[in-house]
Amino acid sequence: MSVTSNSTLAPKHQRLILVLIALFVLIAAGLLAAWGLRSQADYFYLPEDIAENPPEPGRAIRLGGVVQNGSIRTLNDGVTIAFAVVGREGNAVPVTYRGIVPDLFVEGSGVIANGRLAEGGTFEAETLLAKHDENYTPRELEGLSDEAMHEVLEESAAQ
Amino acid sequence: MGIGTRDKDMHGFANPRRFLALARRLTPILVGVGLAASTAAILWGLIAVPPDRLMGETVRIIFIHVPTAWLGMAGWGTIAGASLAFIVWRHPLAALAARAAAVPGAVFTALCLVTGSIWGRPTWGTWWVWDGRLTSMLILLFLYLAYIALSQAVEREGASARLPAIFGLVGAVNIPIINRSVVWWNSLHQPPSITTGGSSIDGVFLWPMLIALIGFTCIFAACVLMNMRALLAQTQAEARLRRRAMEAEAGA
Repeated sequence: MSVTSNSTLAPKHQRLILVLIALFVLIAAGLLAAWGLRSQADYFYLPEDIAENPPEPGRAIRLGGVVQNGSIRTLNDGVTIAFAVVGREGNAVPVTYRGIVPDLFVEGSGVIANGRLAEGGTFEAETLLAKHDENYTPRELEGLSDEAMHEVLEESAAQ
Repeated sequence: MGIGTRDKDMHGFANPRRFLALARRLTPILVGVGLAASTAAILWGLIAVPPDRLMGETVRIIFIHVPTAWLGMAGWGTIAGASLAFIVWRHPLAALAARAAAVPGAVFTALCLVTGSIWGRPTWGTWWVWDGRLTSMLILLFLYLAYIALSQAVEREGASARLPAIFGLVGAVNIPIINRSVVWWNSLHQPPSITTGGSSIDGVFLWPMLIALIGFTCIFAACVLMNMRALLAQTQAEARLRRRAMEAEAGA
């Protein structure tokens, strides 16, 4: 190689260039692998994935999304709840579940349901996991204006 | 035997005095600041911080979980950076720094997984799922264990210190994958709260968390420095023993 025959390039610089090239190739390979995994490594299907590519009924899948506002209701048997899960594009999948729901299971919040699609297009969930979003807000401050929030903060700091 | 390679490695330790003097002075400062900051932040988080709107009291584990997650990744960053420096500049202290960061990094990664699991049970409703974030973090722990085993084997058998250095660089590929896992893939773990666009963590949680982050980082740095001093002392003691044995042999 012309690089090695060029005596002005110190060995440590040769090594630096070599390592940087190796790192570049390595990161490219890692990105390529991650790209190849992109949908296989998803933990759940969104409602739009199910609308686009409906899985055969009875196959165990995970459905994730947001619990539609105003959709949670208890069915006539008194223990089964029904609600709708919406994705990013507004498609909704009706879900039924019998059992104890996690504390964080509320309307407008994220949920992941393990279960299978029934013949009628309803998703029958066996377990529910609540998904937390990236927002951390203290209980007292929710729904307060900025001024009121500062007052509360000062109060709590004074304690 | 590997004595030849060890002697070559010893070359750079010829005068680690400046490093030792610096490390000796820095260690107590880092331990003091680290313990004070992390204790203050955790107490603040346990006593003075209000409960979260959805998670309630369980949010308080954030003051341990986030710093341990950061140091799990920063620990491998230290290994990768030091490995790069070792391969390029052949400075033996760099190889030592990489080895010294491995055990603290592994401990913080394990703590991150444990605290995350404890947090996940009341919040998500499960101890563990195989989503992108949790799986890639578990892989990081396995990478640490492999690195520790490899560097110990290399030390014992006297193989080239470049071996663990290359492993340290290759393993660094996992770090951006951990960071991006919640963006690239649907996951149970929530997307990042702190991005270049700002933070979606309210100030009452953010400030104690940042102080805990600084405190834990100081403790981590102190562990690495102490570990480096111990490794140096071990190498010097071994060299001294070898020299004595050789002198005794020459005398007999």
